Amino acid sequence: MIGIQHFLVVSAILFAMGVFGIFLNRKNIIIILMAIELILLSVNINLVAFSAYLGDLVGQVFAMFVLTVAAGEAAIGLAILVIYFRGRGTILVDDVNRMKG
Amino acid sequence: MIQTIAFYLFATLVIASGALTILARNPVHSVLWLILAFFNAAGLMVLVGAEFIAMLLVIVYVGAVAVLFLFVVMMLDIDFSEMRAGFGRYLPFGVLLVVVLAAEIIFAVGAWSAGGIGLGAATSPTPEGMSNIQALGTLLYTRYLYIFEAAGLVLLVAMIGAIVLTHRTRGGVRAQNIRRQNQRRPQDAVRNVVDQPSGEGVTL
Repeated sequence: MIGIQHFLVVSAILFAMGVFGIFLNRKNIIIILMAIELILLSVNINLVAFSAYLGDLVGQVFAMFVLTVAAGEAAIGLAILVIYFRGRGTILVDDVNRMKG
Repeated sequence: MIQTIAFYLFATLVIASGALTILARNPVHSVLWLILAFFNAAGLMVLVGAEFIAMLLVIVYVGAVAVLFLFVVMMLDIDFSEMRAGFGRYLPFGVLLVVVLAAEIIFAVGAWSAGGIGLGAATSPTPEGMSNIQALGTLLYTRYLYIFEAAGLVLLVAMIGAIVLTHRTRGGVRAQNIRRQNQRRPQDAVRNVVDQPSGEGVTL
């Protein structure tokens, strides 16, 4: 039988991988959004593992809400990306500070 | 036994595809690795008995979010090679920070499993003889009904926001204008030519 620690370690490594992705691909905002999805996925694994370990369904309910917010975040983030690309012809994150409010 | 093998298979694949998501040169490959990571995470969730969340993961993440990413990556004409410029510069600091972060979390997991932190009693255990989906649905539509509706509102706002942000009205398109069509009366469009003398023709 697999203990909960195994799941938590997998989730921790996945979380660190997501943070690493944000660091590594600072210029490419699409990869940054994907790294955020990885982080949310690791959080979900954590919630579900604890839910199964404690025999409590609330963790899975919460994982569902995390999923909802992740879907909305991806939609809005990509929409902002598309209009930014339309106006500027590039998605380099370095230039975003030119918007200045 | 088979459970252990399955766990290590899913865990290895989810970590490997997560690493390849952030390391792949081509963003399309990144999205495909992300899809593989979602599938394997769904497998991990099936292993602990959360079938509904696993199914949601496949439907929502793979079916909607990853395909959305794929659409955006393929539709925008982006030169990805210049974005790799700072890749090596951030590598040492990133590795350091991430190793520290992962070590801290794993250390915390070890400390927690050694005991000392008491967890409260389960507030909503799975009732006897109920499947995971049934129990989750019962909980969602009774105790967490308002939060569930709020989640629906979050999705609605996200949908409206995405449409408002990306919608644009283009000039020079001959689109159907239903309001103008409905306002048009027969008097504007038809002329009665019954009384016209024959042989003189009709002036339009």
